[in-house]
Amino acid sequence: MSKDVLLTILIVLPFVGSVIAATFRPNARNSEAWLAGGVALICLSLTAFAYPTIADGGVVRTDVEWIPEFGLSFALRLDGFAWMFAMLVTGIGFLVVLYARYYMSPSDPVPRFFSLLLAFMGSMLGIIIAGNLIILVFFWELTSIFSFLLIGYWHGNAGARDGARMALLVTGLGGFALLAGVILIGQIVGSYDLDIVLASGEAIREHSLYLPALVLVLLGALTKSAQFPFHFWLPNAMAAPTPVSAFLHSATMVKAGVFLLARLWPVMAGTPEWFWLLGLAGMASLLFGAFFAIFQHDMKGLLAYSTISHLGLITMLLSLGSPLGAVAAIFHMMNHATFKASLFMAAGIIDHETGTRDMRKLGGLFRYMPVTATLAMVASAAMAGVPLLNGFLSKEMFFAEAIETHVHSVLDTSQPYVAVLASAFAVTYSLRFIHSVFFGRKPTDLPREPHEPPFWMRMPSMFLVLACLVVGVAPAATVGPYLYTAVESVLGQRTPKFSLAVWHGFNLPLIMSAVALVAGALLYLALKDYLRHSPVGPPLLRHVNGRRLFERGVLVPSLKWAQSAQRVLSTRRLQPQLRILLLAAFAAALAPISLGSLGLQWPDWSNIDAVLALVWLTGAGCAIGAAYQAKYHRLVALILLGGAGLSTCITFAWFSAPDLALTQLVVEVVTTILILLGLRWLPKRVEDMNLGPAPPSARLRRSRDAAIAFVVGAGLATLAYAAMMLPLSDPISSYFLERSYVEGGGRNVVNVILVDFRGFDTMGEITVLAAVALTVYALLRRFRPAPDNVGSPEQQIRQNAFDEAEPDRKPGDTIGDYLLVPAVIMQWLFPVIIVLALYLFLRGHDLPGGGFVAGVALATAFILQYLASGTTLVEDRLRILPVNWIGLSLLLAATTGMASWLFGYPFLTSHSQYVELPVIGAVPAATALFFDLGVFGLVVGATVLMLIALAHQSIRKLRAARTTTARTPEA
Amino acid sequence: MELLLAISIGILGGSGVWLLLRPRTYQVIIGLSLCSYAVNLFIFSMGRLRSGAAPILSSRTGSLADYADPLPQALVLTAIVIGFATTALFLVVLLASRGLTGTDHVDGQEQ
Repeated sequence: MSKDVLLTILIVLPFVGSVIAATFRPNARNSEAWLAGGVALICLSLTAFAYPTIADGGVVRTDVEWIPEFGLSFALRLDGFAWMFAMLVTGIGFLVVLYARYYMSPSDPVPRFFSLLLAFMGSMLGIIIAGNLIILVFFWELTSIFSFLLIGYWHGNAGARDGARMALLVTGLGGFALLAGVILIGQIVGSYDLDIVLASGEAIREHSLYLPALVLVLLGALTKSAQFPFHFWLPNAMAAPTPVSAFLHSATMVKAGVFLLARLWPVMAGTPEWFWLLGLAGMASLLFGAFFAIFQHDMKGLLAYSTISHLGLITMLLSLGSPLGAVAAIFHMMNHATFKASLFMAAGIIDHETGTRDMRKLGGLFRYMPVTATLAMVASAAMAGVPLLNGFLSKEMFFAEAIETHVHSVLDTSQPYVAVLASAFAVTYSLRFIHSVFFGRKPTDLPREPHEPPFWMRMPSMFLVLACLVVGVAPAATVGPYLYTAVESVLGQRTPKFSLAVWHGFNLPLIMSAVALVAGALLYLALKDYLRHSPVGPPLLRHVNGRRLFERGVLVPSLKWAQSAQRVLSTRRLQPQLRILLLAAFAAALAPISLGSLGLQWPDWSNIDAVLALVWLTGAGCAIGAAYQAKYHRLVALILLGGAGLSTCITFAWFSAPDLALTQLVVEVVTTILILLGLRWLPKRVEDMNLGPAPPSARLRRSRDAAIAFVVGAGLATLAYAAMMLPLSDPISSYFLERSYVEGGGRNVVNVILVDFRGFDTMGEITVLAAVALTVYALLRRFRPAPDNVGSPEQQIRQNAFDEAEPDRKPGDTIGDYLLVPAVIMQWLFPVIIVLALYLFLRGHDLPGGGFVAGVALATAFILQYLASGTTLVEDRLRILPVNWIGLSLLLAATTGMASWLFGYPFLTSHSQYVELPVIGAVPAATALFFDLGVFGLVVGATVLMLIALAHQSIRKLRAARTTTARTPEA
Repeated sequence: MELLLAISIGILGGSGVWLLLRPRTYQVIIGLSLCSYAVNLFIFSMGRLRSGAAPILSSRTGSLADYADPLPQALVLTAIVIGFATTALFLVVLLASRGLTGTDHVDGQEQ
């Protein structure tokens, strides 16, 4: 397997696994764990497999061009440092999956959990092996999103939701800053490629944009790594399930920040700005994180603050700008991940077995779970920096760096003291973690009787603790070479000599370690009793609550103010919204007109044809009449609407558009039937003659709306007139007239445009038509009419009563009698209309007609049968299956389009020739005809489906909707 | 002729707009239909009004001097069909809303 394919698999596999994991049954804990564990293990092996290539400073790269114009390529890149991180992410990922299998309860929906966990792992691997800064930011944001979803996994819990939202806001905003910073770097360097950026350190540091770029990148890194002053989201993220905390908030995601700092260390470090910004943030996080950790009662809360503190240590080491500092930082990233993940697992086990994480309630658990207790003790000792464990080694390196002088300043001078103090605090909280949970009084009121967890739940923690121990005892023989590879890939030529040994002789760092151990232990003894009963948080600083500040500073403006603004400025009522919309449209049209003249000429009254004038006199009368009657006389309004439609239709025919006239005519027919079918379900509204004049408020409203309508109508007329009077200068229509026959093989240019030139548009439109028809169908399947519409209409009741009273009649005869003659004609018309529709369809390419109009025409043939014989009778004889028409036609249209791919042409390229058919004669047989056939069938299916679905409501046994009592309607 | 059609478009549009601002859903659906006539005619008229221009090619190629403008016609043709579909959708939505809320007011409740 070539190495660059390996990187692609490494990035794709977790996401594929994530999609598969999402499809499992909700309680499939075992298969989920097998899948997720398998994916993690494969990724781990692939990473391990790549080691020989990168061992001596080699880099595995793979590049896929993405948007080369912007210098964006999907580049992946694995070097020693990335390798170390990838091993951590996949290895700890595997252990966390194993742990989660036992941690998650059978009632939790695990597919979501494992799916998100795998997706998160993929995103994290993306950050690590990204070879392009934009790609890196992309995966960076993905980790924020998946972290949000994972923290909020138990979304029924308000704490989880708040914690998730806060984490997303803080890290998401940081990610945004990072994107800006990365773009600045790209501007400075001229490329986003990581290799090129890493080679241009000098240029970046000396550029005038260095400081803004640095600040933005640091914002990204510090928010992600929960560094002061952005640390507050991390303790709140502890509402996540413990495997998530172990994976994301100790070993991986929060490490992304320091990972990025180390990644960019060669190009950005070494300046005073870098030293001060990072140094202050790191030192504050180190000291305050450790101090706050002492006073947490939640085990996970303690670990969260400890993570802030340890990441502060790493940040501070990186801020120094010295190669040895970078070595210590990279080493501590590795060590912290191992002991912190194992501690989180221990906290989770205790929570799982006892039902609480409150250290004030716990105690004496050593007797019940000695193995877990031992593991936690070793890991805590590593956290405190006890010799012979890995935490001790990197802490020694840290002390050695702290006493060196890097930049003459107060910050640098104070470092050794701060380091010792923070280490003493670390000893205190580590001691507290162990002592208050495993020793002391036996717990009395625990929610559950504690006992050892299953072996496989302890196993991940055990493995990690073993790693701490092995690395701590024989560092040079175990992690030595890997650490060297990682360091070398970051520092390159500047890689210093360093020795990984447990014993460096009696020196200052050792004395500092000893002081910290003793001072920390004494401090714990002093605080022990206070901590048993104290409230959460350190004295005095208890009320400095980052969370509350965040809520006041961010949530209030973004949520509360927005809600108030919405309350004041917006309405849910349709009429005011439409009014505003219309007035805005009017103003928008008025503005350009008032700026430049419309060039209106004095209208010429002489050339008006009297017949068309009469047509429109009727049409306008119908329109106004429809507007006037639509409230009380719906049927009248509908007929008048038809009158206006007919005038429109005549106008199309008048001005040389036979296709439009045809379409308008048939659509007018189906629209009328449609609305007629709907009328039955509307409330009865009778105009009360004795009501007297309308109240002033209603009259005012109507006059205002009439004024708006008048203004909009007048504006529309003016605009239309002005546009029509402008001379037409070389429109694109000539193109179609010139090529319609030559290239499209049709003489009806409108049809050729629809099925050939603009075939893709038509494809979209018939898709919309299909979607609308299916939506109508779906909506009507669950249709519940208002209570007053459930019974039969008055006329029907009367007719049926009459029929039942007569001995020789049965219900429905009267209505049948009314339509006796028309029904026969309608039935006879069925074949005639089918032939007409086919005729319209076939001639469509050369003469007025085509798929749309033929489709609606055929639909009317079906509808007429329904009108003539009634729904039940028609469906006994005729099965129409409109949904099949829709589906098959859409398929036909799409396959016709795709067939042109076979010949190497783009989608929907058509080919045309004439075919001689017996009797019928020469028929244009462009492939567009098949496409048009699809249009035809779809229009038939959609129209019939909508009308029939509506018609069916009258014969269904309907249940009334449970409605809020309908109040009496008024003006 | 242009003046006649412009005034007609104005009247159709104005009547439609008045109905759009009414409180009953049926009024709105009639108003939308009237508006769609106005808009279709408006778009159609952008190809200019020519009575007696041939719509079908009689030779291999043609020019705008002899033939009607096909482009606005093609646009309006699909607009008519889609207009029917949206009318149907709106009708069903208003019927469902009437069933669920018990009123035919556009806001789902009487003011």
